Order: sequence, then structure tokens, then C-alpha cells
Amino acid sequence: MKQSIFTVSEIRQLTADTYAVSLDGDTEAITAPGQFVDIALPQKYLRRPISVGDWSLGHLLLLVKEIGEGTRELVHLSKGTELDILSGLGNGFDMDDCGSAPLLVGGGIGIAPLYGLARSLKERGISPTVVLGYRTGADIFFAREFSDLGCRVLMATEDGSAGTKGFVTDAILNARDVARDYLMACGPIPMLKAVWNLPGVRDGQFSLEARMACGFGACVGCTISTVNGPRRVCKDGPIFRKEELVW
Amino acid sequence: MVDLSIRLAGVELKNPIIPASGTFGYGREFAELYDLDILGSFSWKGTTGEARLGNPQPRIAEAPAGMLNAVGLQNPGVDMVIQEEIPNIAKIFHGPVIANVGGFSVEEYVENCRKLEACSQVAILEVNISCPNLHAGGKNFGCDPVAAAEVTSAVKEATRKPVFMKLTPNVSDIAEIAQACANAGADGLCLINTLLGMRIDLKTRRPLLANRTGGLSGPAVFPVALRMVWDVYQAVDIPIIGCGGVSTAEDAVEMMLAGASAVEVGAANLRDPYASKKIVEALPDLCERMGVEHISELTGGAHHG
Repeated sequence: MKQSIFTVSEIRQLTADTYAVSLDGDTEAITAPGQFVDIALPQKYLRRPISVGDWSLGHLLLLVKEIGEGTRELVHLSKGTELDILSGLGNGFDMDDCGSAPLLVGGGIGIAPLYGLARSLKERGISPTVVLGYRTGADIFFAREFSDLGCRVLMATEDGSAGTKGFVTDAILNARDVARDYLMACGPIPMLKAVWNLPGVRDGQFSLEARMACGFGACVGCTISTVNGPRRVCKDGPIFRKEELVW
Repeated sequence: MVDLSIRLAGVELKNPIIPASGTFGYGREFAELYDLDILGSFSWKGTTGEARLGNPQPRIAEAPAGMLNAVGLQNPGVDMVIQEEIPNIAKIFHGPVIANVGGFSVEEYVENCRKLEACSQVAILEVNISCPNLHAGGKNFGCDPVAAAEVTSAVKEATRKPVFMKLTPNVSDIAEIAQACANAGADGLCLINTLLGMRIDLKTRRPLLANRTGGLSGPAVFPVALRMVWDVYQAVDIPIIGCGGVSTAEDAVEMMLAGASAVEVGAANLRDPYASKKIVEALPDLCERMGVEHISELTGGAHHG
């Protein structure tokens, strides 16, 4: 973990409520996709934990959905704003143990950490298939960016305006040739449970979220029960193995 | 050169800054960030007889200038703390440690304190009779002077270590509880614990915390804590650890002027993991500017002259 100052370089609106927030700063502490940063906002007391969308030397990309006061403040910051950020938090996805063709499944803003994951996997010569679930066609963001990485992209929208009508599980079942023995998924808990229960799923890693105070393991505010006992989403997660979760 | 050292019931601390219970775990997470030996002490996570998972999620919420928590005393239990945490604390911190002890009966408080008697690094027992998150137990002791005195005298009989009672602010007269603890033999007091509060989610129209209510901490509570330290200082002659919303060296000095001999830093550690370290580092300059040679001379200073 590292505490440092990042500067907002660009905020681009992607959909009605989703934004790409680009920041410049020291990203050295970020060691794996699926980690998160914890952002001190000028008008909030608690930091806001936001998953890393992608990163490179000196640059950080966050994909942020405006869902409350904290995210509203974040996506409306002006360019040049300096933010106190804790970076490199959480364990991140384990890319050494996901086979040669993992299935990446994201629902809504849960798609965010999968982008950096897909990019990192491609750099290791691993070709993931990506399944993206949105509520409507108007909510689609970053589908093209995943295609541009060279990933096969399947899509589902609940209203059927793009891709398979229904949920990510429908898109997966529709595409009969998609390997789904290894999952890497992030999204709402009902979605995670549904993909976990798909026939043919052998193993996987799931990114969870929780309300946090500190983000680095001290306050135990975000503890969940696992088969191995209590675990902190912020420090022991946010990525958990299929066999650890009590669902 | 300002002398930052202070004494708490015969225990010497190199400075008055103590990370507060529940915001510092057993030190592990912060030891990865900085050398803990800069601290006067730290108060470890409230520890009960049995391991506790705490309350269901969510158990954290934002508040104006602060936060609510309803963690519910999650901890590994006193036996595991003695087995796993105390040996690790010996490696990461070399000063005296404050053991925060929880309990759901007088017998449990006594048993927990007995078990810690042989742990030489534990210099002070901070008996939490004030955790507001639990449906039974702790809350009741701290809200009733008779029950608070009962825990105090029972623990005092069970240990030779100094006993500091940690008081809840969720009472009508905190000075009355403080006096009851002092009369029952407490060596010192720590105040305040969190203030009971809640938030409601407009989307669900339900309480945001699964526990419905939680404890308010952070800068929002600082003036309340300061006033209560002031009141208790006038009511008792035993040392006070001031706690509640302290975020800066200036806050710490205010707390001492109100009557605190030492100061705990709580929620600030969660907002800024280096907060306690930064406060210690800022104290010498602040004292020098104020013309203070020994920081201990600040204690109760606002009551005189």
C-alpha cells in the first residue's frame, strides 16, 4: 500500500451514470488487476474504495458509476484536482492459476476491474473470453475497449437492446462453444452466484465489494464469513476463490 | 527540547499519543506502514472471552465529519490473542501496550483480565464497559453507576495491572459514572467511546447499517468528547485518557488542556493511516510555540487561572 497524491487528468462520461476517471500519479504499489484504491474526497470523511480499471506507469484509470454522494463528488471533480489516494490495496486476481482461456464475467460497474485483468492476461499470452452484462443498450460502456484488446466479447442486456436478451448467464448458455471451466467475475452478488452455479464451472475467482472504513485491514468493518473463518474484503480480498465462499 | 513523556497510573509513555481501540487492530496493518515505536502506546482491538464474528454487513457508514461503525466487537478471543497476537506485538512494538478488554458478564471481564496478567507487555487494562453495538452486555454496565462500579472492583481484585475504565458517552451524567468507577478503585478512565447514531438509506428507506444503529466517531464528536473530559476532570482525581475525534496535534493539546493526561486517536487512523504518527511528529513544534517544556504540564490547564 502506498499513500500518495494523484492529479485528475481527465473525466470522460461514458453513459448516463458511468465515467472514466483518469489520474496521474505513482502507481508503483499496484501489483495485480483486481486491486483497488481508496480515495480521500474533499467533502467526505471516509475514503471511497474504487477498483482499478487499468493502470500503467504514472497513470491510473478508474471506471466509476455515480451511485451516491461520494461517487457523485468523484466524477464531478475538475481536471487538475489533487487527491490523497491509498493505492495497491487488496490481493488482486491470481493470473498464475486461471488456465489458458478463463471466462471473465462482469455485470454493470463490476466490469471495471475486468478491463485491467483482460489487458494483463493478454500480455501474458492468455486469451480470455469476456461476458459483459448491462441493464439496457444505453448502459453499455467499454465493450469496444475489450474487443480492441483482442478479446472475444459476449454481451447481455436485460431489455435485449444489445447482445443476448437477459443476464450474463443467458449469454454464456447461448454461446455453446464458450469454455467456462474457469471464471473470473465481478458484479452484483446474485450475478456472481448465478454464474457460479452454471453447469461446467470448475473453479474461479470472484471479486466482492463491501462498505469499508479504512481499506487496509485495520477496522474489520468489511468482514465476511468464509469457509476459512472471518475474512476482510479489503485486505484478504477483494478477490476470493470459489471454494472459500459461503453461498 | 520539549519533554513529551507522560505518566499514566505509574506507567511511563514516551509521548501521550495512543491509537484507540478498534482502529488499530493488534498493530499488524500499521507496522507494515511505519515504525510503531514512535507511539506512546496503542490500545488493541476490544477482546472478549470467546471469538466473535461481530454484526452482519453493512457495518460502516459515512456521517457528517465522521463515520458510524457497527462492527460489534469482532475479535479472535483472548486465548488466540495471547497465543498469536501478543508474540507478534513484541516484535513490532517495544513500548507498553494497552489491552482493551470486553465482556458480557462481570465474570468474563475478570477472567479475561486474569488471563492477561502474565503478559508483561500489557501495561494497562482498558475495560470497555461502553461498546454501544451489542444487544446485551457491555452497554448496560457503562450506563449504570452501580454496574460500572461492580465491574471495576471485580477487575481490580483480579489484577495488579492499572485498570482504566472506558466510558460510554451515551449517558445523562458521565461524571456520575466516572465517580462510581473512581470510588470502586479504578486507576484511571478513558473517554469517550462512540456516540450512538444511525443513517437511513433513501433508496431502501431502511436503516443503512444492518445493526440499525452504530457508533459515531471522527471530528464530529470532538467537542462532545472534550466537554465530557472537562466534566470528568472536575469530578475525579484519577488520570484520564481523552478520546474522541482527535485528528491533529492541536486537538490532542486541547484534549490535554481539558484534563486528559494522554490522548487516544481513533477514526483519524482509518481516514489517514499515518495520522497517529503525524500527530506525534507535530507535537514538539506545537509545544515549543506554546512555550511548553513538559507536555504533561498541559493536563487540566484550561481549568486554572
